[in-house]
Amino acid sequence: MDRRTTLKWLIAARVAWPLRGYAGVASVPAPAAGYGSDPDLLASYARGQLWPLTMTARQRELAAVLSDVIIPADERSPSASAVGVVSFIDEWVSAPYPEQRQDRALILDGLAAIDARSLRVLGRSFDLISATERQGLCDPICDPALAVPADAEGARFFARYRELTAGAFYSTPEGRRDLNYIGNVPRTSFPPPPPELLRRLGLE
Amino acid sequence: MPFVTPDTMQGPYDVIVVGSGAGGGQSAYTLSMEGARVLMLEAGRRYVPETETPMFQTPEQAPLLGEGTPDKPFGFYDATVDGGWQVPGEPYVSDAPAPQGFAWWRARMLGGRTNHWGRISLRNGPYDFKPYTRDGLGFDWPIGYEDVAPYYDKVEMLIGVYGSNEGLENTPDSPAGILLPPPSRLVSDYMIQRHANALGIPTIPAHRAVVTAKLDADTIPARLHPGNPAAQRILAAAMRERGACLWATACGRGCSVRANYQSVTVHLPPALATGRLDIGTDAMVHEVTLGADGKARGVSFVDKRTGRQHTVRARAVILAASACESARILLNSKSAQFPDGLANSSGLVGRYLMDTVGSSVEGQIPALEALPPLNEDGADGHALYMPWWLYGDQKAGRLPFARGYHVELGSGRRLPGFGTAASMQWLTPGGYGVKLKQDLRRYYGSLVSFDGRGEMIPNERSYCEIDPKAKDRWGIPVLRFHWDWSDHERLQAVHMQRSFAQIIEAMGGRLRAPIETDGAKAISQGGSIIHEVGGAIMGADATRSVTNAWGQTWDVPNLFVADGAVFASNADKNPTLTIMALAWRTADHLLERMRRKEL
Repeated sequence: MDRRTTLKWLIAARVAWPLRGYAGVASVPAPAAGYGSDPDLLASYARGQLWPLTMTARQRELAAVLSDVIIPADERSPSASAVGVVSFIDEWVSAPYPEQRQDRALILDGLAAIDARSLRVLGRSFDLISATERQGLCDPICDPALAVPADAEGARFFARYRELTAGAFYSTPEGRRDLNYIGNVPRTSFPPPPPELLRRLGLE
Repeated sequence: MPFVTPDTMQGPYDVIVVGSGAGGGQSAYTLSMEGARVLMLEAGRRYVPETETPMFQTPEQAPLLGEGTPDKPFGFYDATVDGGWQVPGEPYVSDAPAPQGFAWWRARMLGGRTNHWGRISLRNGPYDFKPYTRDGLGFDWPIGYEDVAPYYDKVEMLIGVYGSNEGLENTPDSPAGILLPPPSRLVSDYMIQRHANALGIPTIPAHRAVVTAKLDADTIPARLHPGNPAAQRILAAAMRERGACLWATACGRGCSVRANYQSVTVHLPPALATGRLDIGTDAMVHEVTLGADGKARGVSFVDKRTGRQHTVRARAVILAASACESARILLNSKSAQFPDGLANSSGLVGRYLMDTVGSSVEGQIPALEALPPLNEDGADGHALYMPWWLYGDQKAGRLPFARGYHVELGSGRRLPGFGTAASMQWLTPGGYGVKLKQDLRRYYGSLVSFDGRGEMIPNERSYCEIDPKAKDRWGIPVLRFHWDWSDHERLQAVHMQRSFAQIIEAMGGRLRAPIETDGAKAISQGGSIIHEVGGAIMGADATRSVTNAWGQTWDVPNLFVADGAVFASNADKNPTLTIMALAWRTADHLLERMRRKEL
């Protein structure tokens, strides 16, 4: 870590929430255009193909850690970062559309702020602390309805970040398998539910 | 033949059809199959569902996981091309910002909005054509159910509609053998049906334009085109080319095997095969030209590829550009004889704009949690619906609103996407980590939603007119909308909220949010259900309507309207099937008058 970065973090660490003004979000200009009203629907799009990804390596590092706090690996499926969720978040916050431009400030400031809070409270950055310590940082902001007023913006960030992370995870083949989704295949008939299931539910 | 440019158009045609959606497609089909030479003009580009439809593409292949953007408001894989709530270079003006003002969804593509619609195909019933007689509100149509029924039969046979005959009040049966088999119910459908029926809410197979079994190409063509062996042959071949439903993928993407109805996969192929239909795309029609004899001579349009202006002639003109766009063309067709717009001697062009009332409630049903893996794609869901069930109470004055609604159901284990986890977040407040994953597995597939779709009564405050200033990129004046619901609609939306909560609670479920009892908040934005009709309503009196019972304008005998603009009321039934039935009837009438040399 170079001296300049350390200095920036130290300054940042003096305030944890609210988020505003952390990541220099405004310095990255919006890409000129989206995919237009008549894009090719059959192509498979790589993240960064339509507009450049703009997150820094450090932002992506923090994003990976937080995404995996929200969707960790377990016995049934891999973690969020293992299925490309970070690149999705980068695509999202780098996109030219109004909703995404709004999220950009929230997400990038939030990532910087959670790291700053980690440094301030624990003396180490968010990616270097233990799982239990991360939980200690996330619990106060994980539920907007329960967060104290000083954490309101942090909770707003966490809720949106969870939407993006979980939204992306369950949009992948691994996420679909995790939910036991077995459709999206052509069939010659569409049979009714198994009778024993209907019986069990009292729906015969 | 058959896709033409301004240079290769072979005017004068028998008929020019403006628009290529449900009304335009049906008009062009009927006219060309029965011998007329037709030019169809479409403002959007040519569109080929067989090669352009993203049938099995999954969210991770799309930008932003397929989430909606201003470029593709219904999501990346929605079939709409060059359309949405805003079309670049083609503004409109609303008298109030959302959620009050009117929202106008357009598609600029061959087949128009039939490419992405919900395929829900309900017949208007006898009450729906005579609402004024029944309760003194709005207007009667100059026709009754018995006039339209034969055309509903024909359209259902042509496009393929699944459903069942239940003999319910104002919910017409189709003659035996016309409807295709409805799809199997989902587990959640069984449960909804049981509890709703116990509450007295009938829950019956939906009617949708999805081919669940191969169409009967051996007998239908002769029933639709008696005495016309050439048309029968063409239609039989076209029917055999259509595949049956693959029981997968959302109909809103379009269908490459042509299993659901899109004008461009059902109406246009046989019409083109007659050799009598020319189609000009990227042709922005803005005026019906008038001859010295007071008859329409043809239309003027801008070729969007060159920006150049062209005119083309025909013996008759059919407007089917969508209710509001047809009204716009009429209002922009000004002449010494018609200074306020063509066919507007009544002053009613653009008036009595109607949409459908929408309101929805979502819930979660514990009994549906953690079911074994099931493929519940079906026919894009939509196995069942609830027709309006309180006609008696309404007639007896026991309800504070005059017209009914039907209910569309959402449930099952649908293709997960970006919104899937967010839709369950209310069930896992504060959740993250392994516990969140476990919770989502349990809740996935246990959500239900109920969408009310209700009748709006036409009012004086909901209309469109030409904005005095704003123009589109070709300099064509654009529409300005005015919108207001009445208490009949607002109170109906509240009734929807209460009914749906009752069903969810009867199922042992919990509501996602408290129901909304303020009608102004419970009701959808005007235009947002995309069922806008009216603007050139039909009637029995030339001073109180724009067209007669045939969609023929009172003022210009060879000018017809064959889209939702002619609706004199907007029953809760989704308008598309009725648009097609009326367009077929109008085309039959036009052909008959041409044979008699009256046009």
